[in-house]
Amino acid sequence: MSTAALSTLASARGTGGFTGALSDLFWRRPRFLLFLLLLPPLLWLGIIYLGSLFALLLQSFFSIDEFSGLIDRTFTLRTYAQLFQPANYDIILRTVVMAMLVTLASVAVAFPIAYYAARYAKGAAKAFFYVAVTLPLWSSYLVKIYAWKLILAKEGILTWGLGKLGLLPLLDAWLSLPMVGGNSLSLSATGTFIVFVYVWLPFMILPIQAAIERVPPSLMEASADLGADAGQAFRTVLLPLALPGVIAGSIFTFSLTLGDYIIPQIIGTSRLFIGQAVYAQQGTAGNVPLAAAFTVVPVVIMGIYLWAARRMGAFDAL
Amino acid sequence: MHSDGQKAPLALKLAAGAGILFLHLPILLIFVYAFTTEEKSYQWPPPGFTTRWLGVAWDRPDVWSALGLSLKVASIATLIALVLGTLAAAAVSRSRFFGREAVSLLVILPIALPGIVTGIALRSAFNLAEIPFSFWTIVLGHATFCVVVVYNNAVARMRRTSGSLIEASYDLGADGFQTFRYVILPNIGTALLAGGMLAFALSFDEVIVTTFTAGQQQTLPIWMLEELVRPRQRPVTNVVAMVVVLVTLLPILAAYWLTRDGDTVAGSGK
Amino acid sequence: MTAAVSFQNVSRHFGTVRAVDDVSLDVRPGEFFAMLGPSGSGKTTCLRLIAGFERPTGGTVSIFGERMDTVPPYRRPVNTVFQDYALFPHLDVLGNVAYGLMVKGVNRATREARAREALALVRLDGFGARRPAQLSGGQRQRVALARALVNEPKVLLLDEPLGALDLKLRESMQEELKLLQRSLGLTFVFVTHDQGEALSMADRVAVFNEGRIVQAGTPEEIYERPATRFVADFVGSSNVLAPPLVESLTGQHRFASLRPEKIVLSGAGAIAGEVRSHAFLGATRRLLVQTPQGALHVTLPSGAALPPVGTSVTLHWSPADLHLMEDAR
Repeated sequence: MSTAALSTLASARGTGGFTGALSDLFWRRPRFLLFLLLLPPLLWLGIIYLGSLFALLLQSFFSIDEFSGLIDRTFTLRTYAQLFQPANYDIILRTVVMAMLVTLASVAVAFPIAYYAARYAKGAAKAFFYVAVTLPLWSSYLVKIYAWKLILAKEGILTWGLGKLGLLPLLDAWLSLPMVGGNSLSLSATGTFIVFVYVWLPFMILPIQAAIERVPPSLMEASADLGADAGQAFRTVLLPLALPGVIAGSIFTFSLTLGDYIIPQIIGTSRLFIGQAVYAQQGTAGNVPLAAAFTVVPVVIMGIYLWAARRMGAFDAL
Repeated sequence: MHSDGQKAPLALKLAAGAGILFLHLPILLIFVYAFTTEEKSYQWPPPGFTTRWLGVAWDRPDVWSALGLSLKVASIATLIALVLGTLAAAAVSRSRFFGREAVSLLVILPIALPGIVTGIALRSAFNLAEIPFSFWTIVLGHATFCVVVVYNNAVARMRRTSGSLIEASYDLGADGFQTFRYVILPNIGTALLAGGMLAFALSFDEVIVTTFTAGQQQTLPIWMLEELVRPRQRPVTNVVAMVVVLVTLLPILAAYWLTRDGDTVAGSGK
Repeated sequence: MTAAVSFQNVSRHFGTVRAVDDVSLDVRPGEFFAMLGPSGSGKTTCLRLIAGFERPTGGTVSIFGERMDTVPPYRRPVNTVFQDYALFPHLDVLGNVAYGLMVKGVNRATREARAREALALVRLDGFGARRPAQLSGGQRQRVALARALVNEPKVLLLDEPLGALDLKLRESMQEELKLLQRSLGLTFVFVTHDQGEALSMADRVAVFNEGRIVQAGTPEEIYERPATRFVADFVGSSNVLAPPLVESLTGQHRFASLRPEKIVLSGAGAIAGEVRSHAFLGATRRLLVQTPQGALHVTLPSGAALPPVGTSVTLHWSPADLHLMEDAR
């Protein structure tokens, strides 16, 4: 069949009409296509989201009139100064310390799982580990917290189990300690800590696993070949190479802990965390400028953290 | 690792196994509590088992309206996220341009920053702009952080899809729209579906941003939060918690299944 | 006669990189034209300029006399066989081959019939229902070929189409491609970094280096009379003689090329040297001979008497076989 015959076969569909002409335009002006592609997401995220963040930042430079309770829209740093009042400063310190402890504990619990899944699990076992980690990651946040409310309750399964093992005196001794203790586990900082670790754990496992998977096994063999024992190989080869994964995971655990206000509200003491302070200030107290200033704290801390993590190459492991 | 090679040390096995149990036992516990006869406390072991709370929960209009609102919000937020996420992914993966990194960062930001920041930022923006809280303010917030899920899935798949497939389609006489319909969409379709399902699960479950953007409306997570803070009817909460686990389980497993063998779906001819 | 493909002073710059730098060439209708060069020499960019995946920074590309300045790839009368074949993984073989007809709006029965014909042409009858992933490399290559040919392009572009195949398959595909091109009477433009492939298949060869064509001609011209030292080095395994030596032999201060098979170990015009090593190459043997003016390769038939390593020999050639090149530095 000749080319002429072929072109008669081609009907009005083909590459004619409006879409064809538009296609030609995109080919001649690829930047125009790029512009059209980017316009909707940039309008949405750039205007709605960045605009909101900017509005928030702006409010943090306003202050509240002590007498009328109205917002005074003149530029001031007074609201930021309030952050350093002992009560507010305590909140920030408490939250940051909690975030650090949660991050450390997450690494300790996550590492064996990630290491096993990356190094030893093959085929079906690997798929099992993947699902076993992603399922809790995506399943309902509130349900997970609720489950721990059931577990940590005074009449709950943990007290029951410790009672069966005869360890109740140990629990009581722990709960009578200052800072970490409380009336029951679900009303103690220890409880808050456990739930934080539980809820964020999958966010730590996945990046560590990804990082370890990228370490070629031959590297470990080479180090064994050069006379390192298993422990030395782990410390000198695997750990440094898995570090970017640990840092990537810690970005999640750190950031999520800093910004959470629901877990400490449901499980824990009456001492506030940053998230709760924000919620209380903008809600019942009606002090939006102070709430805004409070939210700037985790943003700044995360900014510094991300900058440091980037320098350590953590983003390749995300 | 020496010649004894692929066998894991016992301690490692135990630690990994214990970790996996730690992740799953609490969720399984929900299923037991949904059937307990105890109404007033979280008593363990349950004094008895009953299925009657399923019926009680079924007859609660507030649960149904919260569930309905959550489903509606999640559907619309997912649709918006699918469109915006796909567009951003297409722009970022098909060309290099100035500010490309900034676009990725902007898409990831709503989920990288603590939820409370996103929440209060949106709330104060609504206040400043004097927009009253409504169904749409919830959708707006949800769509903003759902974009990243679709985006990540789409970008990953586009990266695996050989760029020469698109050129091959052009070469064979298909214009841009035909190429999108016959080549790009079939190759990224499952990734978009997976991204959409995860976005749906994310929105369906979201509570932190929602508390700031919902006003008087109650999504299912907001309903649950109220029950957690001020328990009124524990058995109903137990049942709802179990249903939420089951409802979110399906899209998550489906998304996993869809992207599981993505490499064979989208691999190049190489 | 109108050229099938014509480049007039075509350049393609990526930022400060001149991938293609002021290239002019004409591909004649019905010709098997090879673009040969090392990676990064601009040959693939030239092919992409013909296909329309790149647009020239300057100059004009024409196909059968028609300027392609504003013609997008999907409106050009050319089709491409991609280096990685770029078969659509979501379509079966028949769907792949029929794709071009499908987007042109050809009805299903006609396009499938024609796709089957094209598959028969590349000896893949009965493979229509397979997925690309189920095919071997050679089969994929044929599908890619059928998918392009079914559209009856005026020019077929091939981007290193044999690069991914093993040696044996590559040799049989070379012959097959050549036969196909003859029987269809189509213009083929073929990109390769393999000089053997270019010389054995092409009617004419353009040798690329650093974005420019350094020589264009028949395989014989390129092989026998390389224009520059680069061509002599890249094409075949010529001995390149340095200007001082050439000056002492011919009086001209320039580089010269001397094919190893043109050197014999007896006769007039001698240089003395010592045999350093032997290499067995099947039909021939290659000797490395160290002379005071530099090392030279000598190719001898396998049957010929072989001087042992370490012995002194004298090298001879006919003055006509010493080819003077353009460059002196």
